[in-house]
Amino acid sequence: MALKDKIAETQIWRSIFRHGYPSTPRNRALAALSNVFLHLHPVKARKSGIKLSFTWCMGGITFFLFLLETITGVLLMFYYRPTIEYAYNDIIAMREHVPLGIMRELHRWGAHMMVLAVWLHMLRVFLTGSYKPPREFNWNIGVILLLLTLLLSFTGYLLPWDQLAIWAITVGSNMARAHPFIGHEGPGASLLAVGDVNLVTPASDIRFGLLAGRFVGAGALLRFYVLHCVALPLVAGLLMAVHFWRVRKDGGISGPM
Amino acid sequence: MALFESFFNSLASPELYTLIFTGVFLLYCARYRLLTRPGWVVGISLAIALFFIIGAQNHDFMTIIAKGDNMPIVIMIFAVFWCLSLAFRQAAVNDMRIEKGEPPTEALDSNKKVLVWPDLIYPEFVCTVLLTAIFIAWGIAVEAPLEEPASGTRAPNPAKAPWYFLGLQEMLVYFDPWLAGVVLPGMIVVGLMAIPYIDTNPRGNGYFTFKERPFAIGMFLFGFIVLWVSLVIMGTFLRGPNWNFFGPFEYWDPHKIEPLVNVNLSEFIWVGMGNTRLPDNPLIREAPGILLILAYFVITPALLAKTILKKFFHEMGFARFSILIMLLLGMASLPIKMLLRWTINLKYVVAIPEWFFNI
Ligand code: HEM
Repeated sequence: MALKDKIAETQIWRSIFRHGYPSTPRNRALAALSNVFLHLHPVKARKSGIKLSFTWCMGGITFFLFLLETITGVLLMFYYRPTIEYAYNDIIAMREHVPLGIMRELHRWGAHMMVLAVWLHMLRVFLTGSYKPPREFNWNIGVILLLLTLLLSFTGYLLPWDQLAIWAITVGSNMARAHPFIGHEGPGASLLAVGDVNLVTPASDIRFGLLAGRFVGAGALLRFYVLHCVALPLVAGLLMAVHFWRVRKDGGISGPM
Repeated sequence: MALFESFFNSLASPELYTLIFTGVFLLYCARYRLLTRPGWVVGISLAIALFFIIGAQNHDFMTIIAKGDNMPIVIMIFAVFWCLSLAFRQAAVNDMRIEKGEPPTEALDSNKKVLVWPDLIYPEFVCTVLLTAIFIAWGIAVEAPLEEPASGTRAPNPAKAPWYFLGLQEMLVYFDPWLAGVVLPGMIVVGLMAIPYIDTNPRGNGYFTFKERPFAIGMFLFGFIVLWVSLVIMGTFLRGPNWNFFGPFEYWDPHKIEPLVNVNLSEFIWVGMGNTRLPDNPLIREAPGILLILAYFVITPALLAKTILKKFFHEMGFARFSILIMLLLGMASLPIKMLLRWTINLKYVVAIPEWFFNI
C-alpha cells in the first residue's frame, strides 16, 4: 500500500477529511463537498469558465489579497497602538526592531494591488456581460465589496500617522463638509435650523461624526483604526462569503447559453 | 532627450491631455480588431515602457515614479491596457465568429464540466504561491513610504488624496465639493448598481463581445477609462503644487501662478450681454443657469427619446430609460463642464455661494 493511502487510513486523517486521498473522481468530489472552505467552490465547473483568459483569475486574486491583508494586518496589530503618542513611533519600530520587518511593506503593496484587482475584476465581469440575469444581485454585492475595498484602503491610509496620512485623509474627508444638508458647508445645511440656532455646524455635521472632531486628530485615528481592523473587514468577509455562494447558486461562472 | 522632454511638455495641458486620451480611446473602440493583435499589443506596451525608461532619465519625472505609492499607477497603466487587450482580442474573435453564424469560442466547451478538484484548485494553488513570492520580493525590494510625523499645521503642497481617489480630486477643479465629493460619487455607485437592471440587452451574456453591445460597453469604458483611469494618471503625474498642471518633465514650482479668469454664467448674461448690474435676489440673478440645468435634465431626455435613442426608449420603457439618461447626463456633466471651462472660462452655471449652491 502506498504511503499516502496508509496516511489516508489513519484515524486522524479520517476524522478530519472523511474521504480517501482525492485521486479518484468520487474522492475528488467529496474533497470539495465535505470541506467548508473548498465548499465555496462547486464540485464541477464549466470548462470555459475556469480558463485564465476568461476570468483573469481576478476575483481569486482579489480574495488572495484580502487574505494576505488579513494575515499581515493581524501581525501589524501586535506592534501598533492607535494613539497620537505611539502610532508613528510604532511604525518606525516595525521596520527597525521587528525581525522579518517587511509586514508593513506586504500590507501596503497588497492594499494597493487589491484596489487595482477589484477594478479589473469588475471590468472583466462587465465585459463578459456576467451581470446579466440571473447574476444581477451578485453584481450588486460586488459593488458594495468595491466600496468596502476602497474604504478599507482609505481608513488604513491614516494609521501610520505621518504627513502623507493625515493630509490625504484631510483632503478626502473635507468633501464630507460639503455634503448636502448634513455637512456644514453643504447646500441646504442652513435650512436645518431651529429658530436662529443652526443644527448643522462644524461640531455636529457628518464630517465631525466621521472624524470625531473638527480636525483629523486622536478621535479620527481611533475611529479609523476600529473601522479598518474590525468593522470593515468583518462586513467585507461576510459579503465575500455571500458573493462566492451566489456565484455557485447563480449557475457557476457565466458562459454562453 | 531635450527634444523628447519638450515635446511631451508641450502636449501637456488639461485640454490636450484629455482630448488626446479621448481620441485614442475612440480610435481603439473603432479599430479594436486590428489594435488587439499580439504585434500591436506588444508594440504599444514597448512604447509605453520606453516612455517611462527614457522619462526616468529626467530628474523631476524620476522623483514622481520613484515614490513607492506611485508604483501602483505605473502598474495600473500596464494592467488596464493588457486586460483590455485580452478582453477585446477575444471579443474580436467572437465577433468575427458571430458574423459567420458560429457561436462564440466560449460556447465550444461551456457545456463540458470538469471537477473543481484538481482542475480549479490546482491553478488557484499555483497562483497563490506565485503571488506570495512576488509580494515577498516586492516587500524586500521597496520600503513602504513613511514621511515626517503628522503635523496639523504644516500642509504639504500638493496635498493629494490616495491615488484611487485622484479622479474625485480632479473633479474638484470643475465642480464644488458637494458635487465632486458627494453627488457624483454617489451617482457612480448608484449607477454601477443600476447597470444590471437598465441593460435589457440579452445578448453578450457569458462571453466577450463588443459588436453585440457597443452602447453598453462604450459608455462603461468611457466612464472607467476616460473619466476615471485617465484622471488618476493625470492626478499622479501632472498635478503639482496648488493643483496646478505641470508637464511630465517640468519642475514642480510651488510659485507657478495660473491666472484666475473664470467667470460665472450669470456674469456673462447680466454684465456681459445685458450691460446691467447683477440683480440682488440670487434666484433672479441665477435664473438663466437654473433654467439651463432644468432644461439639461428635462428636455434632453425627451429629445433623445424622440430622436437618436428612440429605439432604446421603446425597448426599455419609461422608467429604465429615464434612469439611464439621468445617469448618462450626470456622467456627461464632467466633460461638458471641462469643455466650458476650457473654451469660455466658465466658472459656475449656477452660482449661489450664499447657500453653498454652486453648479
Ligand atoms: C473584494 C472584492 C471581490 C472579490 C474577492 C470577488 C471575488 C469573486 C470571485 C472569486 C469570483 C469568481 C469568478 C472570478 O474570479 O472572476 C467572482 C465572480 C463575480 N464577481 Fe466578484 N469579487 C469582488 C468584487 C466584485 C465587484 C466589485 C463586482 C462588480 C461590481 C463583482 C461582481 C462579480 C460577478 C457578477 C461575478 C460572477 C461572474 C461570473 O459568473 O462570470 N465582484 N467574484
